[in-house]
Amino acid sequence: MVKKVVSGNYAAAYAAKHARVEVVAAYPITPQTSIIEKIAEFIANGESDIQYVPVESEHSAMAACIGASATGARAFTATSAQGLALMHEMLHWASGARLPIVMVDVNRAMAPPWSVWDDQTDSLAQRDTGWMQFYAENNQEVYDGVLMAFKVAEHKDVQLPAMIIESAFILSHTYAIVDMPPQEEIDEFLPPRKPLYTLTDFDNPIAVGALATPADYYEFRYKIAKAMEKAKEVIKEVGKEFGERFGRDYSQMIELYKTEDADIVFMGMGSLMGTVKEAVDVLRREGYKVGAAKVRWFRPFPSEELYELAKNVQGIAVLDRNFSFGQEGILFNEAKGVLYNTDAKPIMKDYIVGIGGRDFTVEDVKKIANDMLKIVESGKLDEEVDWFHLKR
Amino acid sequence: MKNTLFGEKLEEAKPIVFKKVEEYPELPISLGTTLVNKTGDWRTFMPVINEEKCVKCYICWKFCPEPSIYIKPDGYPAVDYDFCKGCGICANECPTKAIEMIREEK
Repeated sequence: MVKKVVSGNYAAAYAAKHARVEVVAAYPITPQTSIIEKIAEFIANGESDIQYVPVESEHSAMAACIGASATGARAFTATSAQGLALMHEMLHWASGARLPIVMVDVNRAMAPPWSVWDDQTDSLAQRDTGWMQFYAENNQEVYDGVLMAFKVAEHKDVQLPAMIIESAFILSHTYAIVDMPPQEEIDEFLPPRKPLYTLTDFDNPIAVGALATPADYYEFRYKIAKAMEKAKEVIKEVGKEFGERFGRDYSQMIELYKTEDADIVFMGMGSLMGTVKEAVDVLRREGYKVGAAKVRWFRPFPSEELYELAKNVQGIAVLDRNFSFGQEGILFNEAKGVLYNTDAKPIMKDYIVGIGGRDFTVEDVKKIANDMLKIVESGKLDEEVDWFHLKR
Repeated sequence: MKNTLFGEKLEEAKPIVFKKVEEYPELPISLGTTLVNKTGDWRTFMPVINEEKCVKCYICWKFCPEPSIYIKPDGYPAVDYDFCKGCGICANECPTKAIEMIREEK
């Protein structure tokens, strides 16, 4: 094991190198650029033989990754906000063509207003594209996530692309210790890719992406849906194997922190959950029974695990660093939907926090805790959605 | 006139019909033959080659985009009316004006 002090971006670059990625086609955008710069550095100094394709836009980056992946190569790229939005069409293509591409998205606010800071709306806006989504709490999870994503994506029953999502600047540019296993052990965990199909089998030529009339299209989409469902099982297996090999278990799609006897639980994704865990410790010392539920995988959505959590808790404060205009916070909306047809009915409130990178602190969590505990005690919800950080 | 462009392949061509989701491939890959799709019924005008004017330069054969012009054993070009869409490029390119586009009555 080697412990390196790296930024989240460098952790992603090292993970791509250690995952023996073969092709990287990418376009720079703040705050992702240092991922691909680091990869370019590895290639330039001979540490890696990744084939780097500098393209003219993110749309081309994903298109090039699709082409490479369709020949059987392990492909990787990275982007953020506007770049992710630009490649939207190609995201649909990658999942429809069942290609296990892995991409790191650095969560950044969508323009306008122009912003480079942490916000989850960019990746959540792509939740319908058929990509799996993993939200990293810290740099270690960025590194581990990339390795696991390849294994899950390339599984014979999954064959779907995955994005590993990290916070702008809070993770991407902040240095922390990341434990990197020896290359041989990673190779054992992640053997070479066995592609479902390849364009370079010239004895059996194929054309990918054929036209399908209404008589046939339906069944292909069902297959993607089934693969996503199956992915839940594969994610848990791979997460468990990761824990057995490298000491960090990821078998839970929702990581539970001190939730067993909690009256209320804070639920959210990404780096803000690190802050929440700190606050949970502070609140517990003050005698409050609170816990944190960190949703690691947003797609496929961990409905069963959420139900198990929601059965045993009276209140859930959902922290959304995102918003879907005309509706509400996205995690809140999906979590409510999942529980609707079940008998788990905790009081749930949506706190819109940290949009556009506004600082989300332990003090904020304490205020939310007070609010939520009062609501649970009275049994009455005042308002479903609270724009918590609004200047008023 | 016997169509020698595709020969037995055309006779053997059958549409692939999937009855259950399990029969489908995992993703949309081009399968089977498109010979079952007789695009000839798209056309309004059909090319007719006048062999008396034809000098066997084969420009029509080369330019046909489908391709729906083939060379008969006697050396004259012929149109495969199963697939000819009636675009008129052959008539347009023929240097001796041996091809006429005739309005087809169905």
